[in-house]
Amino acid sequence: MELNADVKESDHKATRVQGGLNFRLNAKTSEKIAFAFLGLSVLIVVGFVLVILAYIVYNGYNAINIGFLTEMPRLMMTQGGIYPAIVGTLYLIIGSMTVALPVGVMVAIYLNEYAGETRTTWLIEMAINNLAGTPSVVFGLFGLALFVKYFGFGPSLLSSSLTLSLLILPVIIRATEEALLTVPKEYRESSLALGVSKWQTIRHVVLPAAIPGIVTGSVLSIGRVAGETAPILFTGVAYFLPRLPDSVYSQFMALPYHLFVLATAGTNIAKTRSIQYGTALVLLIIVLGLNLVAVLIRRHYRKKLKV
Amino acid sequence: MLSRNYKEKTIEWTLFSVSVLTVVVLFLICLFLFRDGLLVFRDTSLMDFLTGKFWYPTSVNRQFGLLPLFFGSLIVTAGAIIFAVPLGIAAAIYISEIADPRIADFLKPFIEILAGIPSVVFGFFGLVVLVPIIQNNFNLPTGQTALTGSIMLGIMALPTIITISEDAISSVPSTLEQGSLALGATKWQTIYKVIVPAALSGISAAVMLGIGRAIGETMTLMMVTGNTAVIPSFPGGFLASVRTMTATIALEMGEVPQGSTHFHALFAVGSVLFIITFLINLIADSIKKRYQFKVD
Repeated sequence: MELNADVKESDHKATRVQGGLNFRLNAKTSEKIAFAFLGLSVLIVVGFVLVILAYIVYNGYNAINIGFLTEMPRLMMTQGGIYPAIVGTLYLIIGSMTVALPVGVMVAIYLNEYAGETRTTWLIEMAINNLAGTPSVVFGLFGLALFVKYFGFGPSLLSSSLTLSLLILPVIIRATEEALLTVPKEYRESSLALGVSKWQTIRHVVLPAAIPGIVTGSVLSIGRVAGETAPILFTGVAYFLPRLPDSVYSQFMALPYHLFVLATAGTNIAKTRSIQYGTALVLLIIVLGLNLVAVLIRRHYRKKLKV
Repeated sequence: MLSRNYKEKTIEWTLFSVSVLTVVVLFLICLFLFRDGLLVFRDTSLMDFLTGKFWYPTSVNRQFGLLPLFFGSLIVTAGAIIFAVPLGIAAAIYISEIADPRIADFLKPFIEILAGIPSVVFGFFGLVVLVPIIQNNFNLPTGQTALTGSIMLGIMALPTIITISEDAISSVPSTLEQGSLALGATKWQTIYKVIVPAALSGISAAVMLGIGRAIGETMTLMMVTGNTAVIPSFPGGFLASVRTMTATIALEMGEVPQGSTHFHALFAVGSVLFIITFLINLIADSIKKRYQFKVD
């Protein structure tokens, strides 16, 4: 009868048989109510997602056409397209991934395949956790102090890409580590038993098996780069540029900043509403499209692993 | 054989050096933030900065008081956590314990989508949808309030809270659950008396990380909170405009001359922000470690 601990005094006063019956009914009823509330909270969360997506899609799809995607902005950005912002975001993705992907994969390989339980390993793990939790605007300040000022790269594509690469480094490391963990021990052991060296084993046996997980992590971090605004705010993004960036030292336009500027500081906020919705939708399509690709890759390979 | 060993050693050493780079980056972040931040104390004392009630960076009688910005961040984060934590934990319990696995598989992508939406899109949505709603319902001169920020921020913190709580709940050994059910407890009694207490430290870590995410958010808050640097009253402050530490940096950094006192003051605010999130991460980390030990 230990479980009756939460039964109220009044229940004990009832006859034994009825008391027992009441207890079960009460427990069942309270369970129903509790589950209804839990279910409701999930519905609320899903509702948030659907409302936000539906609102942006409904208001944005009219604005999107070929011209919107391929033309320069005109008349103080109240007309024309968002082509330079799309190109700028694309350059940022290429720039930051070029740095973060190889470094991230190398760190993950070291942590998962070589590192012992030393103080240094603990320090590296702690650094990665803290990089992951550092606010993006702090990365922006750091990028300004180190890349723009100290290294003298100025506000540029280079400074912004490097800043963003630090931001996504933890994402890539975590994803790669997870992928390496799922590679069975037997793979490594059989390869080593054949006399293959440790590095060759990693290079030709372990890494190929971990590729899907690494790709998933990379795709997710590309989405992150496309959507971040605060880190590029003081490291190179421009309000408006009449031409595309021509070197890594050029300033650039980017989709999220373009949306921010039009929605808060544009010359005529009400006049550019349709461009704002269109930009928000393009940004959502890019970011969520990449997320979808990541989910599909993960599903595909999980199924394969099960078979 | 010797050359092969040599090559192996070189590779291991290279990988190790690259890994140490992460520690170097963290160290450099501290160094560069604090170096520029500390320079503000040539013109303002530490006490004036930490306990100053006014942030007037550009007036003749300029003052760099952190308190309005700190309390701005605090009230918005507190509001967000008040509704995001119960909602997030309830959703995590439903997904990991109650929902049919197939339905759970259908629900999880929604949370990933929520995590993927860029903060500037949240800010835009808040600006065009939530701001007018708040303004009309409460008859305010402007709908850009701490409450608006809290609601948007709460929605944004949900994925962090749900995903990490769910991990914690799913990793409670099933023997505990089976034991409780075998004793005649209902599923719900098992959940709130056995599973949730066992997962409590993991759930606390989720809440800490959710708070860290909320304090660091910039763009959304800059777009929906109105950015007035005044110490908010409680609870009336929820319906007034506030300015967070993050928004202050983002708003003002573009306009200040480099090397000015104002410039250094913004770095000092950034340093405070960095220290706060650093501590939150350390706490979350140590809670998580303890909980892993317990499950073993």
